[in-house]
Amino acid sequence: MTTDIDVTALAIFIAFFVLVTVMGFIAARWRRPQTLARLDEWGLGGRQFGTWITWFLVGGDFYTAYTVIAVPALVYAVGAYGFFALPYTIIVYPFVFAVMPVLWRVAKENGYITAADVVHGRYGSRPLELAVAVTGVIATMPYIALQLVGMAAVFRAIGLVGELPLVTAFVVLAIYTYSSGLRAPALIAFVKDIMIYIAVIAAVAIIPSRLGGYAAVFAAADAAFQAKGSGGILLAPNQFLPYATLALGSALAAFMYPHTLTGIFASAGANTIRKNAILLPAYTLLLGLLALLGYMGHAAGLTLSSNNDVVPVLFKTLFPSWFAGFAFAAIAIGALVPAAVMSIGAANLFTRNFWKAYVNPEISHAGEAQVAKITSLAVKVGALLATLYLPTQFALDLQLLGGLWILQTFPALVFGLFVEWFCAPALLAGWVAGFVGGTWLAWSDGLKPLHTLSFAGVTFSLYVGLLALAINLAVAAIVNAGLRLGRRRTEILTSPQSR
Amino acid sequence: MNGRRPHRSLWLLLVPYVGLLWVPFYNTRAPELWGFPFFYWYQLIWVPITAALTWLVYRGLRHDD
Repeated sequence: MTTDIDVTALAIFIAFFVLVTVMGFIAARWRRPQTLARLDEWGLGGRQFGTWITWFLVGGDFYTAYTVIAVPALVYAVGAYGFFALPYTIIVYPFVFAVMPVLWRVAKENGYITAADVVHGRYGSRPLELAVAVTGVIATMPYIALQLVGMAAVFRAIGLVGELPLVTAFVVLAIYTYSSGLRAPALIAFVKDIMIYIAVIAAVAIIPSRLGGYAAVFAAADAAFQAKGSGGILLAPNQFLPYATLALGSALAAFMYPHTLTGIFASAGANTIRKNAILLPAYTLLLGLLALLGYMGHAAGLTLSSNNDVVPVLFKTLFPSWFAGFAFAAIAIGALVPAAVMSIGAANLFTRNFWKAYVNPEISHAGEAQVAKITSLAVKVGALLATLYLPTQFALDLQLLGGLWILQTFPALVFGLFVEWFCAPALLAGWVAGFVGGTWLAWSDGLKPLHTLSFAGVTFSLYVGLLALAINLAVAAIVNAGLRLGRRRTEILTSPQSR
Repeated sequence: MNGRRPHRSLWLLLVPYVGLLWVPFYNTRAPELWGFPFFYWYQLIWVPITAALTWLVYRGLRHDD
């Protein structure tokens, strides 16, 4: 891969970047609020995003630059196994349809901004609230760093080397997010998503035709995996359970993250969310076709220094310069939207569920907004420094753990919306068991996503995050039953009617 | 909670889970469609199917409200 700067691509790239930067700054005036100095205005855009804005925002936020880079990279490397992202991003939506509108209503009626607010409101437990908040923040951090990894892959393809491009992009992002809050990524998401749709549709329409059609693409990938001796365009039997559990675990975790929840809380109504559960799968169709770019990398006979380069190099090789620049801009901007929402989500959690809860309970609305703005800035700076000075594998490892961790907040957040049965101490015990147990299991496996179990002479592997959730649920149920039993006994013994 | 019983059409939301999590069922090449092995087009087709099922549930709920 050459490191000469592709001038046409760079020019187009810069043009679009400047466009979204301007949009980021004028976003503060969009759907103008009385004041941005309130956390629900800065951090949730005023809870007024209708169906289409939500579609662009959640879509742009859920399907990140890292997704566009990493999914084809995995498919390129291992084949069918990398496709779990497809069933994952299909089955997530019935869940969103059933659960998120209820969550939205609870949040709206009570002025909640974060998942931890909902948990505290439902259970009155500060420890449980803190557990949910801390989990949200630490799960988000590596995810932001990985967006930078996606951007860096694109910068490399254009020929921009060094740290300056990344730092520049991030500084600009930080400034307009600071001033406009959630409105900035929401507005930019329009541009980003339209660009991504154009780029991916063009890619999956044009590139296969230049490689001999889809049948030829699959055949070439098949041949490449046979030659390599690992991977394949179908799953091996020992991959069935990993595939299914990765899909299910990822689907359950996806909307537990602060950034996706922020998109939910910012909606104008419960029906906005239901309609989006029907419409967002359009992005999944795109993701499924995008994943096939991994196979097209084989069909095109690319030589890559890293699997992450498959999409940028494919675009660079098979698109004319100007369109490659457009596609690269789409991906890089595709990092800005989720990075912004992730930093806002983490900032909202820190402000409501740590600062207001423990440091300044009397904080004013303007004060909340100010704390959140500074936190969001700090979070972005931290992610940038981590990307520049820590190895990428570190971010990948933390991301794996982050997915496991955030999944452990599922019982605390979701169960209370539907059933009365669980109490806070039981949920907290479950969270501890899942968090600690899951982390220990993943650590002892060398931070791999799968854990192997043996039962009755049969060995099988499954996604460690889902296993941790099972442990979480088991512990929560047992502790809950024990506590209810204890309470019932105490009630009977101390009841005035007991003789 | 509002104490209402869940709408009976909510069961439709479980169908995609059955369709996609029983992996051995669709891990085959044949029958191919437009050059895509079954494994791929089967999963892709669940996108519009799931959207349609969700829409059916949405309509069912709307008549309830």
